[in-house]
Amino acid sequence: MTTLVYLIPVALFLGTLGLVGFLWALKSGQYEDLDGAAERILTDQEDKPAR
Amino acid sequence: MSCCAPGVESALDLGGSTANLPSSQEINLASRPLGDGIIQTDLSVPAVHCGACIQIVETALAGLERVESARVNLSTKRVSVRWRDGAVPPFVATLGRLGYDAHLYDPAADQRDETLSELIRAVAVAGFAAGNIMLLSVSVWSGAQGATRDLFHWVSALIAIPALAFAGGIFFRSAWTALRHGRMNMDVPIAVGVSLAYAMSLYETINHGDHAYFDASVSLLFFLLIGRTLDHVMRERARTAVKGLSRLAARGAAIVRGDGSRDYLPVEEIEPGMQVLVAAGERVPVDGRIVKGTSDLDCSLVSGESTPRNASIGQIVQAGILNLTGPLTIECTAAAKDSFLAEMVRLMEAAEGGRAKYRRIADRVSALYAPVVHLTAFATFLGWMAATGDWHRSITIAIAVLIITCPCALGLAVPIVQVVAARRLFENGIMVKDGSAMERLATIDIAAFDKTGTLTLGQPRLVNAPSIDPAMLAIAADMASNSRHPFSRAIAGFAGPGGQMKFDDVTEHPGFGIEAVAAGSTWRLGRRGWAGWKARTGGEGKHGFGGTVLAKNGMIVATFEFDDALRSDARTALVQLEDAGVSVEMLSGDTARACGQVARTLAIGNFVPCLLPSGKVERMEDLARAGHRVLMVGDGLNDTPALSAAHVSIAPATAADIGRSAADFVFLRESLLAIPFALDVSRKADRLIRQNVALAIIYNAIAVPVAILGHVTPLIAAAAMSISSLLVIANALRLHESVRRKRPSSDTLGSKAQPSAALS
Repeated sequence: MTTLVYLIPVALFLGTLGLVGFLWALKSGQYEDLDGAAERILTDQEDKPAR
Repeated sequence: MSCCAPGVESALDLGGSTANLPSSQEINLASRPLGDGIIQTDLSVPAVHCGACIQIVETALAGLERVESARVNLSTKRVSVRWRDGAVPPFVATLGRLGYDAHLYDPAADQRDETLSELIRAVAVAGFAAGNIMLLSVSVWSGAQGATRDLFHWVSALIAIPALAFAGGIFFRSAWTALRHGRMNMDVPIAVGVSLAYAMSLYETINHGDHAYFDASVSLLFFLLIGRTLDHVMRERARTAVKGLSRLAARGAAIVRGDGSRDYLPVEEIEPGMQVLVAAGERVPVDGRIVKGTSDLDCSLVSGESTPRNASIGQIVQAGILNLTGPLTIECTAAAKDSFLAEMVRLMEAAEGGRAKYRRIADRVSALYAPVVHLTAFATFLGWMAATGDWHRSITIAIAVLIITCPCALGLAVPIVQVVAARRLFENGIMVKDGSAMERLATIDIAAFDKTGTLTLGQPRLVNAPSIDPAMLAIAADMASNSRHPFSRAIAGFAGPGGQMKFDDVTEHPGFGIEAVAAGSTWRLGRRGWAGWKARTGGEGKHGFGGTVLAKNGMIVATFEFDDALRSDARTALVQLEDAGVSVEMLSGDTARACGQVARTLAIGNFVPCLLPSGKVERMEDLARAGHRVLMVGDGLNDTPALSAAHVSIAPATAADIGRSAADFVFLRESLLAIPFALDVSRKADRLIRQNVALAIIYNAIAVPVAILGHVTPLIAAAAMSISSLLVIANALRLHESVRRKRPSSDTLGSKAQPSAALS
C-alpha cells in the first residue's frame, strides 16, 4: 500500500508527460506535413521546423 | 530533374498549358502581410512529389531577391513564401521554368482545421485516461480489496473527469443540439450512457462499493473518438485535395479606364459598363459584350459545346468562357454577382433537395436504437423494482444495461467501413466528400452523363491524319506548335522528328489561323475561307466554310477533320455500369448531331441533346419523381445545378470549380473506369455496413439479456465492448481484401502520361 502511494503518482506523472509532449508537438505544427518531414530527413541542409 | 512516381495530382494538368502567369497585382491581392514589412504568399504547387522537389523549389525561391524564406508542405502540396515589401518577386515564373506549375492559393480558404485538432486532442486525452484507468481496473479485477480498491476507484474517478469534460464534450454538445431540435442521433445514448455510468460509479466509490464503470465510460469515449477522427480525416483530405484544384475562377481582372489607364480590380468590384481586358488563355471574369479584338472561345465548360467558337465584336460572352487565341476587350454587362456563374450557383442552391432529404444509415439506425435502448433500461429498472424493491440494485442493473448497449460497435460500424472504402478510392484517384455519398452511390439505378469533358475529353483529336500527306502534316504540325488553339494543339501532336522547314515569320491571326512564311511561299493554317483564298469556290465543298485547312499561297494542300476525343475506356466503363444493373443516358448542351455521333460510338441508347442547365435539372427531377436514383456525371458549369439536383454526383478533376464542389465524388485520373470502380466499392461498403450493423445487433441480443438478468460486472462490460468493436473493425477490413482482388488493373486506371508529370 505504501509503495502505491508514490508509484501511482509517478506512473500518472510519466503518462501526463507523454500526453503533454504529444499535445505540444501537435500545437507546434509538427504533424502538419508528415510526408514532407519524411523526405526532409534525406536532405543535408540545416533545417529548423517552421514557426 | 527526375522525380518519384507521379501522384494523383499530376493528372490534373489536362489543361495546364493554357494557364497564365498571374500578374503581380493578382499576387498582391492573394497575399497577406505578416507585419514588419514581411508578406506571405501561399502557392499551390501540385507537381511537388518528393524530397528532391522540396529542395529544388525551396532553393530556387530562397535565391530570389527579397525572398526571406520558402517552405514546402509536401502533404498539402503548397509553398509558403515570405518576402519583404516591394515589387513582387517572380515566384510563379521561376517555378514554371523548373517545371512546377504554381497557382495562387486563396488565404481566405486556408482556415486551419480546428475540428481536426480538437478531435486529435480529445483522442489523446481520452486515450491517456482510458489507458491509466484500465491499468487500475485490471488490478481491481485481479482482486484488489478494501482500501486499495477504494484508492484505485478514487484515482480513476479523478482521471476520468478531464477526459469526460474535454473528450466527452464533443458528444455532449452534439447530443444536446440534436435533442433541442427534437431529433435523435447516436450521440444521445452515448452521452446518457457515459454520464450515468460515471455518476453511478462515483456513488459506488463514495459508498465503498465493489463495481465501478470508470473504465467503461472512458474507453467508450476513446473508441468512439477514434471512429469520429478517422471519419473527419477522410473527409478533410478529400476536401483539401479538391480545394487545391481551384484555379479556374479569376481572382481579378485588368480593366481599362476611360482615359486609357489600366487598373487591376478584384472580380467583385467590376461593375457593368467597365471595360475588361481578357488576355489569350484567360477566362472571362464577368458576363459582357466584346468591344475590341477577335479570338476563338472555348465554351465547353459553359455550354457543353465541343467546337471552339469564333469571337467577334458585338458578341455576348459569359463568365467562365476561356479565351483561346487573341486578346479581347469586353464591356461588362453584369456584375460578378449577377453573372452566369452566380446564376448557376443560384440554380444549384434551388435544386439542392433530393440530397438533403437523404438520411444516413447511421442516423436511421440510431433513431430506432436510442429509444429502444432507453426503454429497455427503464423497463429493467421497473422490473427489478417490482421483483426485489431494492432501488439501489435496480438502478445499478439498469445502468449496466445502458453501458452494455452503449453503441460502441455501432458507432464504429459505419465510419470504419467508410474510411477503409474512402482510402481504397483515394488510392485509385477518387475523392469522396463524405460517407453519405458512398451510401447514396450504392443505391443508384440510372447514370446520366454529360458529353463534353465527361464522356469526351473536351479536346479535339485529328481523325483523318492517315489520309494526309505526311510532309504536309509535318509542316502543319510545326506551324500549329505556335498556337494554343485546341485544333492547333491536336495537329501539333503529329510533329515529325526535327523541324524540316524553316519558317521566317509566324503570326497568329486570332479567329482565323496561323500564317507563316518559308522559302518565299506563304503558308496558312486555319479556317478554309481565310487560308484558301484562291480556292474560295471549289474548296468549300462538303466541309463548308468552317473546315480547317493548310494552304500554300492560297491553294489548299491538306484538309483536317476533328473529332472530340473520347475519354479512354469510356465504352468499357459504360458496359461495366450496365453489367452492374445501372442504365446509362447522356444529357448534353451540344447539338443533336454531335451527341448522336458520341452516342453511336459508345452505344448509348438514350440521349437528350441541346439541354439548358435548367433542362438538366428538370430531367433529374423527372427521373427522381419516377422513383429512380440518379447518378449525375458532369464537368461543366452548365452541369453544376444538375450535379446538385441528382441523388449523387461525380465530377472529373478538370471540371469547373463550383462543379467540383457540388459533386460528391471527384476523380483525378483520365479514365472513366473510376465510375464503375467507385460504384463497386460503394456497394461492397454498403454490404459491409449492413453486416456490421447486424453484428452489433446480434451482440446486443446476446449481451442485453445477460445485463437485464443482472450478471454484468465491469469486467464483462469491458470485454464485451472491446470484442464487439474489434469484430466490427475486422469485418470492415475485409473490404480491403475483396476490392484488391477485383480492382481494375493499375495500367488502365493509373496510366497517364501527363506533361507535368514528365517535367517534375
